[in-house]
Amino acid sequence: MIKFIHVTKEYPKGAALVDVSFHILKGEFCFVTGHSGAGKSTALRLIYMAERPTSGDVRVSGFVSARGGRDIPRLRRRLGIVFQDFRLLQERTAEENVAFALEVTGARRSTVGPRVMRVLTQVGLAGKARQYPRELSGGEQQRVAIARALVNDPIVLLADEPTGNLDERATRGIFQLLRDINASGTAVILATHDLDLVRSVPAHLIELQHGAVVYDSAEDGGPAAGEGEP
Amino acid sequence: MRLLLRETALAFRRAPLPSALSVVTIAFSLFVIGLYGLVTVNIHDAIGSVARRVEVVAYLQRGTPVETVETAMADVQAFPEVESVRHVSSAQALARAQRELPEFQSIFQDLEANPLPASLEVRLKPRYRDAASAAAVADRLRSFSFVDDVRFGGDWVAKLDRLRTIAGAVGAVIGAAFALVGIMIIGTTIRMAVLHRREEITIMRLVGATDGFIRRPFLLEGLIKGLLGGALALGLCYGAWALVNTYLLRAAFFTGAEAAAGIAAGGLLGLGGSLFSIGRHLRSV
Repeated sequence: MIKFIHVTKEYPKGAALVDVSFHILKGEFCFVTGHSGAGKSTALRLIYMAERPTSGDVRVSGFVSARGGRDIPRLRRRLGIVFQDFRLLQERTAEENVAFALEVTGARRSTVGPRVMRVLTQVGLAGKARQYPRELSGGEQQRVAIARALVNDPIVLLADEPTGNLDERATRGIFQLLRDINASGTAVILATHDLDLVRSVPAHLIELQHGAVVYDSAEDGGPAAGEGEP
Repeated sequence: MRLLLRETALAFRRAPLPSALSVVTIAFSLFVIGLYGLVTVNIHDAIGSVARRVEVVAYLQRGTPVETVETAMADVQAFPEVESVRHVSSAQALARAQRELPEFQSIFQDLEANPLPASLEVRLKPRYRDAASAAAVADRLRSFSFVDDVRFGGDWVAKLDRLRTIAGAVGAVIGAAFALVGIMIIGTTIRMAVLHRREEITIMRLVGATDGFIRRPFLLEGLIKGLLGGALALGLCYGAWALVNTYLLRAAFFTGAEAAAGIAAGGLLGLGGSLFSIGRHLRSV
């Protein structure tokens, strides 16, 4: 479903990814791990095509990075993206933030309300739909961001350090939510440097170091995370 | 469409002060351009009223038969430059001189015969009120055998031409400078509105909004701000004109069509500024 084929991404300051190749399957739970600056965020940005590879190819469910351009909005409607800093619109309520992601796709007005409530219920925030982000805790704000990512029924949810700003309890809650989402069939790619999280469940694990893949559990006979050291 | 209107209304509601400041900034930029427009309109009117006096006078030989004069008048009226032609008999010329030159009353009373010749007074159409056209008409009038002399004040018509050229050139340069400054201020104002919402634009893109979808509310917002700014600028111009008209001198105001064009120009500037600013921002992120 997501394929990196000899991908290199260079910036004026230096290379962020060097000759990276991996394959993430439909419905997988995949950790992308590595220390700060290892290239995790760059890899995710290449998946939602905020960046183009300097060389090589990124393929996401039929979309090819070399084509890009006009297809990108269509691709992003099939992806859900979650960030460490939530990226919610502060002047809109939780339900308006979620509805916004539907409205930009041109969804029929009559379907927006029910779909928004469905995902807010799924993330456990149905009772706080009318609250503004500033009235919610960090964990709750991240749940709104996840609801927004889910509302278009994405094929994959990309989460870039989604628990980086959260306390331990909120982290566990968000991680469990991501696992539930994965259990319902949506692939989840979680970029994190939190090794406790990585070790807590068996999953596809890709470890990056200085922009290169140093370990890929899929190349090593299947899911490895949670089964010991990668 | 409903979503577009809602998003645009939301932009005004969420940031009422910046929106109002944008409108006021646009209004003051257009106000300066409008004041300049008023000055231009009035200078144009003043030059026009002087130009209306451009007249070619053909003095006729004594004893020219009335039928000959009437036939000639029809010919002259057919000249492409001519707006009207009027026959002034020598008696009418004398009566006019007595009326307009009362200080020479005693001389007029001592006259035994009327020394003033009859004449044809030829007025030119507005676009031919210049030295070259007046001279061309004068030459043609001289070719009539019964015409004694032709006068059209060549010197002052040439000066009027120069004045018109200078006013036109200075007007174009200052007008272009004002318009450019106005466009830059309006562009900057709208760019700030775009930057104020850059986070929102980023999020819209991440959830799959097309550039067209992102652009539309900004364009409508720019158009509305431009129209409101234009209307406010027109009101300010009217206020300034009323003050000048009451306390300084009689001046002309914009016609209805010119006022509407001014407001529409505000709208277009707002729309153009938004198109430019949002386009540049979308390309840069």
